[in-house]
Amino acid sequence: MERVIVAMQDPDMGVKMRNQRLLITVIPHAMTGNDVIEWLIQKYNITEEEARHLGGLLVQYGYIYPLRDPRSLLLRSDDSPYRFQTPYFWTSSRWPASELDYAIYLAKKNIRKQGELVDYEKENYSILHKRINHTWDFVVMQAREQLRASKQRRKADRIVLECQEQAYWLINKPCVNMPLYYHYTTTIQLRYYYYTTIIHRRALGRNRVKSSICLESFMKYSEQYLHHDPIMSGCLPSNPWISDDTAHWTINTDMVGTPTRLRVERWSFSFMELLNDSMGRREFMIYLEKEFSAENLCFWVACEDLRHGESSKIILKVEEVYKNFLAPGAARWVNIDSKTMERTLEGIKRPHRFIMDDAQMHIYFLMKKDSYPRYLKSELYKNMLAKAIVPQETKKSVFPFMRRQRHSSPSPAMVTQATEDDGKAKGAGPTGTSSTTNSQI
Amino acid sequence: MRFSINPEMATQEVQPNETLTNLKAESDTLKTKLEDERAKLHDVELHQVAEKVDGLGQFIMKTRRTLKGHGNKVLCMDWCKDKRRIVSSSQDGKVIVWDAFTTNKEHAVTMPCTWVMACAYAPSGCAVACGGLDNKCSVYPLSLDKNENLAAKKKSVAMHTNYLSACSFTNSDMQILTSSGDGTCALWDVESGQLLQSFHGHAADVLCLDLAPSETGNTFVSGGCDKKANVWDMRSGQCIQSFETHESDINSVRYYPSGDAFASGSDDATCRLYDLRADREVAIYSKESIIFGASSVDFSLSGRLLFGGYNDYTINVWDVLKGTRVSILFGHENRVSTLRLSPDGTAFCSGSWDHTLRLTHWASGS
Repeated sequence: MERVIVAMQDPDMGVKMRNQRLLITVIPHAMTGNDVIEWLIQKYNITEEEARHLGGLLVQYGYIYPLRDPRSLLLRSDDSPYRFQTPYFWTSSRWPASELDYAIYLAKKNIRKQGELVDYEKENYSILHKRINHTWDFVVMQAREQLRASKQRRKADRIVLECQEQAYWLINKPCVNMPLYYHYTTTIQLRYYYYTTIIHRRALGRNRVKSSICLESFMKYSEQYLHHDPIMSGCLPSNPWISDDTAHWTINTDMVGTPTRLRVERWSFSFMELLNDSMGRREFMIYLEKEFSAENLCFWVACEDLRHGESSKIILKVEEVYKNFLAPGAARWVNIDSKTMERTLEGIKRPHRFIMDDAQMHIYFLMKKDSYPRYLKSELYKNMLAKAIVPQETKKSVFPFMRRQRHSSPSPAMVTQATEDDGKAKGAGPTGTSSTTNSQI
Repeated sequence: MRFSINPEMATQEVQPNETLTNLKAESDTLKTKLEDERAKLHDVELHQVAEKVDGLGQFIMKTRRTLKGHGNKVLCMDWCKDKRRIVSSSQDGKVIVWDAFTTNKEHAVTMPCTWVMACAYAPSGCAVACGGLDNKCSVYPLSLDKNENLAAKKKSVAMHTNYLSACSFTNSDMQILTSSGDGTCALWDVESGQLLQSFHGHAADVLCLDLAPSETGNTFVSGGCDKKANVWDMRSGQCIQSFETHESDINSVRYYPSGDAFASGSDDATCRLYDLRADREVAIYSKESIIFGASSVDFSLSGRLLFGGYNDYTINVWDVLKGTRVSILFGHENRVSTLRLSPDGTAFCSGSWDHTLRLTHWASGS
């Protein structure tokens, strides 16, 4: 902000200044609101709306104050006179505003003209009177001294100073509860530099990729997802927020009968996209079952459940995973390389949340490199893509002002409870979690 | 040089000061070396690569919903996975769950503290977490019984030694990640309230965090008042990458949808993009006429647009690739404190100190 203000006050390139009339006194070095806005438009090449907005903020923060009607902190785009606040009173140079200074200011106002204090000022005055009562004599004395000194100035200067001071306190009056500020001590600094040194050393050892390669990937990503971004490409049949029609959400629910084309296409963007979509995951499972390698996905799901589940169930879950997937002769034995298997089996003796990480990652990358690309080429996927629907775009209604009724939807909390109740009634479900992305094994 | 009468005191005094000076010098040397290394692989700028990409056309922004109901500044909001519900928190201690589509309020909780600076929706949609000046993060299960007092079922999960600035559930309802004014981040088990991991390395208040959408799902980024953005490994608690190019507090961090980069918004009036593989800042989004800090940032679904909510009450939209500002949205009557895109990218919600939340849709005009 201060950078802008300094530029504005430049004698050659700054805002035009002239003497302004305020009632019967002439105030030097003032400018009109209109001048300020014009200057901003020209200098920063912005619209009038933006210039008015920016100028308004300069007034609100006290860098420019109005001479007429000082309590209204607005920038009027007419010939209302304004002045620059002297740097002495800039928010940045006198922060934090002290209570004592504010008390002196209020006392001065009170003495000068009884009843001139506005409501909130009266309140603050009495709060301060109570709080710093022990120095109240000092406050009153200072106030009287300052008033006496100002009487000896020229009327124009006096008005200017009063305006400046009033503008300053309008914005910077200290609040009653000021938060405690963070103080640096040597110990804290030591700890900081210690950690930073470690981080820098580690960073020096890492492998970096050339910028050109990294930045190319952003281009590719944006292009790939262009048609999936409702903001860039709209959405079919219509954006619910515009048309009040929730069809777009209904056709994209987790377990809808026929998915949309965009959704199925997205499964081919990356393995993560496929797994993150519960329908995609289900389809992939069907494919793997045909290939007799479904245990890989089951193992991965079980590991995710372990990693993100309750701490209290960790030991139980590790045992289950071992029994089902890792033990020799297990029903769904997964093929992990010997080193990882050895490490994992060792670790099971002291089970914790991340014990399956290595094995899980091994299986994940196995699926990603092998099964996933083959799935994308399979008949199963191609059929899915062919069946997928492309919804018709809803034509905008003839009477746009007739709003459709916005229907509410069942709360997710209700839906989950219902399925849980169902599960209990049927007596099904092994280790249930409350994560809705878990598919039934 | 300290002048001390007692020689023993003299040696005692000198030691910590000397260690501090040495450490600082070492840290600064390493930093310069690191910057040199990073610069070696920087062969092209983002806007140069983006020259071959088409420019963006005209966009029309319209506010579709205004959610009124908070009695004071709205500080934080989060979306539910069902793409239409949101939770928001404000300075007066109220946390409200809305169905933004119908604008109905579905639940309301009054926290025992004011300035609820953080709130998050659980992935299942069955609970919300919030916290602020109480230094805690509490989880409230969302009851279906309208008569039930939500506050009764509250569960205190996280405990910090200073205010809670941000919180987020990880992939499930069972774990929460928090950041605090005490300079640390922490991972908690919701069920037991146990601290699973803590993350030290920021020199001042940590203001924001975001979880990485990566395959291995193990990292997150945090930004703080020490102008640094740190990337952490959730499992080991180590800081694996650190970026310090902002000139002031970092108010908000958000990952690029692919997880290979993240954006940050700061009090220095700029937003910046950091690439994790190149290990450096790759773009700055700023304009001379923007002089107020950015309080929150988020990407559109394809990552082509970056939305920034600023303290001058506006929302600026940037073309991520070309680095130019595409549009500016007025509408709020006080500073924008929080901004998030809906999970399917159909709209974005902004919360402000003017007590309201606005849902805006931004579409390319024909």
